[in-house]
Amino acid sequence: MGIRLIAEKCSGCKLCVKACPFGAITVTNKLAGIDIAKCNFCGACVDACKKFNAIEIIREVVPTVDKSKYKGVWVFAEQKEGRVANVTFELLGQGRELANKLAEPLCALLLGSQIAKAARDLIYFGADKVYLAESDQLDVFVEDAFTEVITGLIKEHKPNIVLFGATALGRSLAPRIASRLETGLTADCTSLKIDPETKDLLQTRPAFGGNLMATIVCPNHRPQMASVRPKVFKPIHRDELRMGRIIKYDYKHHILTQRTQLLAVVKEAAKTIGIAEAEIVVAGGLGLGDAENFEIIEKLAQAIGAAVGASRGAVEAGWLSSIHQVGQTGKTVRPQLYIACGISGAVQHLVGMQSSDIIVAINKDPKAPIFNVADYCVVGDVLEVVPALTREIEKIQDAEQTELIVSESELESQLALSG
Amino acid sequence: MNIVVCVKQVPDTLEVGVDKETNTLIREGVDSVINPFDLCAIEEALCLKEQYGGMVTVLSMGPPQAVDTLRQGLSLGAERAILLSDISFAGADTLATSYTLAKAVKRIGCFDLIICGKQAVDGDTAHVGPSLAEKLGIPHISCVIKIHEVTDEYMVAGRMTEDGIEKVRLSLPGLITVSKEINEPRFPSLKWKINAARSEIEIWSANDIGADESKIGLKGSPTRVVKMTTPKHRRAGQLLEGSVEEQVTKLVSMLRQAEIL
Repeated sequence: MGIRLIAEKCSGCKLCVKACPFGAITVTNKLAGIDIAKCNFCGACVDACKKFNAIEIIREVVPTVDKSKYKGVWVFAEQKEGRVANVTFELLGQGRELANKLAEPLCALLLGSQIAKAARDLIYFGADKVYLAESDQLDVFVEDAFTEVITGLIKEHKPNIVLFGATALGRSLAPRIASRLETGLTADCTSLKIDPETKDLLQTRPAFGGNLMATIVCPNHRPQMASVRPKVFKPIHRDELRMGRIIKYDYKHHILTQRTQLLAVVKEAAKTIGIAEAEIVVAGGLGLGDAENFEIIEKLAQAIGAAVGASRGAVEAGWLSSIHQVGQTGKTVRPQLYIACGISGAVQHLVGMQSSDIIVAINKDPKAPIFNVADYCVVGDVLEVVPALTREIEKIQDAEQTELIVSESELESQLALSG
Repeated sequence: MNIVVCVKQVPDTLEVGVDKETNTLIREGVDSVINPFDLCAIEEALCLKEQYGGMVTVLSMGPPQAVDTLRQGLSLGAERAILLSDISFAGADTLATSYTLAKAVKRIGCFDLIICGKQAVDGDTAHVGPSLAEKLGIPHISCVIKIHEVTDEYMVAGRMTEDGIEKVRLSLPGLITVSKEINEPRFPSLKWKINAARSEIEIWSANDIGADESKIGLKGSPTRVVKMTTPKHRRAGQLLEGSVEEQVTKLVSMLRQAEIL
């Protein structure tokens, strides 16, 4: 296996050099040379060299599993205390689409203790089948036990695709399962599609800090596994008339070990959570100048009932803790309104917020990349614009308040008259 | 307490730009650095060593120039450094990488704890830690932000989740992946710098670790990149004009029309 340059066909045109995202090709004396240590075998150079066909990737024939034996799109249903995580419903929404394309069933995997009620919800949100494993030992998430039960289910029923939410839990569990099953896993996918020819799952995710999008396949192994962050896909409409089957899984032949044990949960204070769930996010970046100026972001957020977000730069400068971070290394958000204040818009930030419904960008630099994704662009000093925006909003809120009081008192006086 | 820290050399992705015309990364002048999360992993290992004794080994898989990253580990205070470097390791995905690291850890032999950064900033997958733990048959905790207690049999650590911080007990030997909140990495000391310059970095090949060649590199990788594209920007927005007050008034009225405020 490897990559080969056919010297007699190479014209030294350098098209491959430009195409290579890894900087692995150099041309000397009109002949391309490939640095194998840098090469990722992505094939971009082969496509670029279609005219000369001077580069080929030699792939040994890998023993392929009998793909026809693997059927079904599975979604791991994450739940805590019987409450199913939103990301599960989002995955069922996208899973439904994939299952329809493949004409295969959509199944959910539900593990826990006394959670049968949640199983019905999974059907209402699109699942044809729910595999339910109930046990006191599965009451709280333990990597060992969950890996054991889920790999057991996968080996028995041979699904084609298994999807996980890229949450703290999913990110800890999915790699263990993929590792035990010796199959591929793609993290943080932003798009999942079925290749019309091969029927393989096309998994697209940001690469190189979001500067490029990579499409990844898992052609010779099954199941194909992928994780997706919350807020990337949308759930389908909840329908209580939807029918499905709940299948209890007999896990008793598995030995459930507990080499990790949850001792306590310290919930974060209300102020600091929720950028992933908030309807409005106000986020600040390095343009604010220093930590103290972040106060203007908090004031604006308070005025409009928003959560506070931050760019990687602001978090790395220590102005805010990393739970506020929006972007590839932070959280993906999809609020109705995202206000970016003093954030230049590095690609790794954009991938985390560009699917917001409406984006407002406030930045001094008219060339800042954040303006490329914004609906409303305000070129100006954040330290002036943000407080002015807060004042304007408070003014309107006050006016509405007064209107309300006026109309109430009018109503009262009318009542008094009629009385 | 014997600790193995897995580290990765990564391009300094913060600096990477995209050539708008050719849709490729501009890589000139992009330095290689140690993955910042791995720096925290080394720091935590050194703190544990200082408290409980033992030895810290830094382990990496990569091209020959990744010795720089390992030397940095030595200059911070690690005793031993091993680089897994072999042409047949090239093109490895996270499964093949964790298999390779697991084979190396088995050759190292005796260890109580493995520490990895929670993810590498170039790939951002956060797969290798948990996958490596599975390959070694040991338990793990991801995304640790604090170590509360360490005994011979177990450790108690705090991990970050969406709901807050979970305190989890992990039996040893085990593996943790660490987030940046866990510590503030130290700077190299003169003593260890001298030591690092004098130390030899062991280079192990696929043969040295007895790797099954069907499980390493491109061949051992179930996943394959088939396409690279530049992300599309969704739209060009409307530029608001006028004084700050005028812009703000316009903005608020438009957001109200859209029934968002």
